Amino acid sequence: MIVESQLQTADARYSQIVEAGDYWLHFVGEGQTLRITDLEGNQAVDTLFYSAVDTAERYSAMDTIREQGNVYLTAGTRLISNLGHSMLRIVADTCGRHDTLGGACSAESNTVRYALEKKCMHSCRDSWLLAVARHEHFALGKRDITHNINFFMNVPVTSDGKLTFEDGLSGPGKYVELEAEMACLAFISNCPQLNNPCNAYNPTPIQVHIWD
Amino acid sequence: MSNYLAHSEPLHEGTLPGGHHWSLLMRRGKILRLIDTGGGANVGMLFYNPADKAERYNAPDTLKCQHTFKITRGHCLYSDMGRIFCSVVEDTLGWHDSIGGNLTDAALWERWGKVSYQEKRNDWQISGEHAFLVELAKHGMNRRDMAANMNWFSCVSVDGEGKISLKPGHSKPDSCVALRFEMDTLVLMHSCPHPLNQAASYPKAPVTYQVFSAKPVAEDDLCRNSCPENRRGFVNNVIYHQEAAS
Repeated sequence: MIVESQLQTADARYSQIVEAGDYWLHFVGEGQTLRITDLEGNQAVDTLFYSAVDTAERYSAMDTIREQGNVYLTAGTRLISNLGHSMLRIVADTCGRHDTLGGACSAESNTVRYALEKKCMHSCRDSWLLAVARHEHFALGKRDITHNINFFMNVPVTSDGKLTFEDGLSGPGKYVELEAEMACLAFISNCPQLNNPCNAYNPTPIQVHIWD
Repeated sequence: MSNYLAHSEPLHEGTLPGGHHWSLLMRRGKILRLIDTGGGANVGMLFYNPADKAERYNAPDTLKCQHTFKITRGHCLYSDMGRIFCSVVEDTLGWHDSIGGNLTDAALWERWGKVSYQEKRNDWQISGEHAFLVELAKHGMNRRDMAANMNWFSCVSVDGEGKISLKPGHSKPDSCVALRFEMDTLVLMHSCPHPLNQAASYPKAPVTYQVFSAKPVAEDDLCRNSCPENRRGFVNNVIYHQEAAS
């Protein structure tokens, strides 16, 4: 569902460009609004959320899908935690559909999906692992890197049970906006995948804004 | 199925009554066969590498590398490290769910009320969340380790708009599915209802499980050859076990 935002970027309290292949780990307070903008189009933004109070509570793809009865995320979707709480709500979306089935790329899954020789290519999971190792005070590790959202990715499921990776519905400047219903840590990997035609083999930067 | 068995007699057989939980250490080269004896069962299952429990079943990696939303014969279940825990070598149903997740305490109580141990002793009604928390804790893990689980014998399909639904009456009596383990694997399981099950009363369907020895994986093995991704997954297991490439 396409819903445009009324917020002006000039009023944002925070703005940051995140380059392709970089991570972004940031606090989003209850009531704050987070916007993620696909600056050049068809970029995958792999995203996890944790409760800022207790990181054992985190975004759950399966609980989110089941509670809304739909596999695609868009405006109106509530992102549900593993404890059944609404963490954030998608309040604006100019792309229309986002994936939460496809997971993140890792060096190891790249060997399976593409070729054994692809193991030394940068991946989302490596970005997240580097982030948790650099920010030890969050006490997060590999087992906390769970099933994520892929903002701007289009992964349709067919009625006979196939999972397909289609060209994205996104384009330059499209965005998704989320209002936090609890204090969260937002944990993005701006995907460095060079093997997937979905991004024309060219990962590109994104921009994040936060409003009070 | 008989093509995959080294011996037709099971090494071990057990039953999980409906709404209960257990765990098994499955050795490489063994088969775990689940039988829904009365129909209508759901078996929630999680998988870990006992030598490094940070390595666990990864539903998104499993689904995307095989371009599938359902799990059936010919598919493999992958860890987050690009290795194959097990191959589905037999399946009489054609569709098992890996996205529906787990029944929570809150959903259990809202749907079917609280039926306590004090009231019903071991016929109490527990959730998949309760079941997995106990089995995880047995092995030194906790809620942080609860990844997306398999739901054997349950079918969750998706329509053109993305809406999901649980197929009623999917699993008939004596339906079975068999998993051949390609590496040592800690298996946590429960027989609690699927979280989308809206039956009027808490469904309690027992499950029989059997352990067999498997024949060695053949060159023309169905699971190994069902897609190029699985051929590479099997190579990753060969590398892990430090064996000569075949």
